[in-house]
Amino acid sequence: MFKHETVETNAGWLIILTLLAIGVGGLVEIVPLYMIDETVEKVEGVRPYTPLEQRGRDIYIREGCYTCHSQMIRPFRDEMMRYGHYSLAAESQYDHPFQWGSKRTGPDLARLGGKYSNEWHVQHLVAPRSVVPESIMPNYPWLLEDKLDISDISDRMKALKLVGVPYSETKAEFDANVEKFGKDVAEMLDINKATENLIAQAQSGNYDGNKSDITEMDALVAYLQVLGTMVDYSKYDEEYFVNFR
Amino acid sequence: MSEQKHTEGSVQTTGHAWDGDLQEFNNPLPRWWVWAFYATVIFAIVYWIIYPSWPMGGSYLKGVMNTITYENDKGEEVTTHWNTRALLAYDMKNSDAAVRQSEYLEKVTNASYSQIAQDPEMMAFTRSYAKGLFGDNCAACHQQGGVGVIGKYPNLVDDSWLYGGTYVNIEQSIQNGRRGNMPNFESLSDKQKDDLSEYVLSLSGHEVNRNKAQSGAKVFQANCVACHGADAEGNTAIGAANLTDRIWTVADVPGASNLEAKKVAIKQVINNGISRHMPAWSGRLSGDEIKLLTVYVHSLGGGQ
Repeated sequence: MFKHETVETNAGWLIILTLLAIGVGGLVEIVPLYMIDETVEKVEGVRPYTPLEQRGRDIYIREGCYTCHSQMIRPFRDEMMRYGHYSLAAESQYDHPFQWGSKRTGPDLARLGGKYSNEWHVQHLVAPRSVVPESIMPNYPWLLEDKLDISDISDRMKALKLVGVPYSETKAEFDANVEKFGKDVAEMLDINKATENLIAQAQSGNYDGNKSDITEMDALVAYLQVLGTMVDYSKYDEEYFVNFR
Repeated sequence: MSEQKHTEGSVQTTGHAWDGDLQEFNNPLPRWWVWAFYATVIFAIVYWIIYPSWPMGGSYLKGVMNTITYENDKGEEVTTHWNTRALLAYDMKNSDAAVRQSEYLEKVTNASYSQIAQDPEMMAFTRSYAKGLFGDNCAACHQQGGVGVIGKYPNLVDDSWLYGGTYVNIEQSIQNGRRGNMPNFESLSDKQKDDLSEYVLSLSGHEVNRNKAQSGAKVFQANCVACHGADAEGNTAIGAANLTDRIWTVADVPGASNLEAKKVAIKQVINNGISRHMPAWSGRLSGDEIKLLTVYVHSLGGGQ
């Protein structure tokens, strides 16, 4: 009979069988990536983040929000009734890295956008217990005081472009974005206009209630307010999403 | 070393020896463990056959003898291979819980607001269903039970309504949200603001300086009546507050201990104005859910 000892004492067998085991694991992990086009739902409206939202996302990650909040509504009745429509793969296609998570100390945030007012978010981030008495979330008062560092926004967008987010640098890329997302969105994705776009959105949105400065709060609230709002679910039959599985 | 293998009585060793006599047994795995292991292997194979599993070229094994039939949005029955999304579609419409709930939901959908309020069974259903909705969606601002946060989020249990407390008003507030805005009156002189705050306090029966209140009344007539009305009873069409009752939604007058502090609270509002925003819920909640919430909020205490 083939004994474990045979493998442990024979380098040739060990190499062959190790490769075989890794090969199976690799196939299971890698092959589906080639079919990813069929896995990601084709839906309208999903776009990369604007410069301000992207900076907000960076702050979300910096402050470790993901350690307590997931961004993934699972396809279960209780989750759907509490949070809204389950998350689609398409909705995080421009997230690097995605924020799905599996640790929910706080509630899921995948459909937070538009649920509460900007004022609520500011109040809640500065002093969570003033609006949710039973909350155990820490206070983040510095977000309101710290000015947003916008000096490196183009570099950040370029880095994301390297991993596949369609921010545009050249005229051809810009035109492709106009084709794909429409003119208004394409403008926001233009790396050459990143700084002015960021400032314009922060000023017109006035997310932190303070018009004079662009704070980290502006960016974070802008990001939170766009979460899960890009797809209009009233346009699709549930059957459409089932067919992607 | 292999010659030491069978020297230790009936127990096999691996043949290694460390520090002279430290040896490693080579016992066979326990029989029960081996059988349990084989059982998991067999389970895995059965699982692969029944449930979606291995990738196959451009597709994957979808599982045999295991389909789900659910109702799509058009009400047609669709049968598909087992997957979590189809299972959810089934759960949302055809599961026991959903079917039992839908009986009540249908009743409530077809009933008018006053019919629901008069029917104890429908009210009980509404309360238990909408309590969860309220907790998930409304309590973050209006607080558990609807008591609100003074200065920020209106109280829903008292008799004072910024936008009206009828079923229709409440439904509209939930459906479309509200944007409350009072401009600031920073440009008034300090004396004017002081007189005005005396006058506003006098409206709700506070003991104030009559002379000051009288000149404050003039400031009020010139600046405030457009929204709050000549009688200062507010205007529910634009969410202007009634200033003649003892209920305050922005200035924390009840929380201030003396007249001076009450005036400071009012002057703060005059100085800064107020801008509040309640998001629209029509895209997030279904028509049924909004109806249930409307009845629930109306029943919290102050419905008209």
